[in-house]
Amino acid sequence: MKALQIITSAYRCTIEEQDDPAVWITHAMKGAGAELGVVLRGNAVNYGVEGQSAAGLSFGGLPQTQPPRLDRDISKLVDKGIEVYAIQEDCAERGIVPTDLVGGIQSITRAELPKVFAKYDQVWHW
Amino acid sequence: MAKYLFIQTRDPYESRQVDQDYELAAGLAGAGNEVTMFLVQNGVLPTRRGAQAPGLQQLIHTGVQVLCDEFSLRERGIATNALPVGVQATALDVVVDQLAEGRKAIWL
Amino acid sequence: MSSKPTLTFSIMDGPFEQARITTVMRLIDIAARRGYNINVFAYEGAVYLPFAKQAKHANAVHGHDVDQEDHPLSKDWIAALMKTAQANGGKLDWVNCGLCVDERGAQDSIEGCRRGSPADLWNSASASTNTLVVGTR
Repeated sequence: MKALQIITSAYRCTIEEQDDPAVWITHAMKGAGAELGVVLRGNAVNYGVEGQSAAGLSFGGLPQTQPPRLDRDISKLVDKGIEVYAIQEDCAERGIVPTDLVGGIQSITRAELPKVFAKYDQVWHW
Repeated sequence: MAKYLFIQTRDPYESRQVDQDYELAAGLAGAGNEVTMFLVQNGVLPTRRGAQAPGLQQLIHTGVQVLCDEFSLRERGIATNALPVGVQATALDVVVDQLAEGRKAIWL
Repeated sequence: MSSKPTLTFSIMDGPFEQARITTVMRLIDIAARRGYNINVFAYEGAVYLPFAKQAKHANAVHGHDVDQEDHPLSKDWIAALMKTAQANGGKLDWVNCGLCVDERGAQDSIEGCRRGSPADLWNSASASTNTLVVGTR
């Protein structure tokens, strides 16, 4: 069984340990032997932008010492052999050009999504 | 070709992505797949008579089966006898039917 | 795979703040009444859905005391869904994400729920007729 993970919701869990829970669970399921692909859609295309930092949060003098690093997390998905796609139009609308993205992300148009869907048995939308 | 079930919980007034979801469903249908767009929660809001919903109107003519949840309609006071042509009110059971059928199911 | 469908649901939301849980509860209710086998993976705030320490309260706006209001809590509905599934020859297997439970102090779940990990979601999905991931917003 192969499942495509479409990640749309973004920057929702900055202070949660799992950083982005959809990206995190994709890593965790891959570790459990899952066959997965990822599409970054909507605001989540920004997860592919290199050079992000959520460092520096501190409430009442108590700092967050392990802030999310979503660009690194996406890069690690690619390193694990997971196909990661980003929607071209969603990037363009947000002023993101291909060279902004971490290596290995494949750019696809919205119209090309049906072809990607066809490669997977299930499509999970986060 | 595959069968798809889109469960659309959002409306085009609050989220621009909803029109993109409609287009995606139309694209899948255009590629020869069998697609149901099931509107539920605020997803039914554009079915009210007089609602401005050009994206939904376009979707209806693409071969996608457009259904909407009777409970969500009733909860919002939308009459089932005045839905746009091509949109059918139905029980949520249809979603379970199509899940059990093994359709690729996408919650939106 | 047996002829009886098995459905897996992954949910992320807590009990009351949004419409998604209402719809998911309705879907599970239909599947339970049909006697399907149902797996739920409760991720993030959803681990509070079967939290045993939920308590009913009076509703002054409605002019009701706690007994008059008699509003079911999500833990009660989950227990009822488990009974419904069983009575119809199916089963509702509820797995709470263990790490999410720890972060939230939600260890005290109603009977019938168990602790698990993302591997449980993947294993359930792999063995199911279908899986519905209900992402949060």
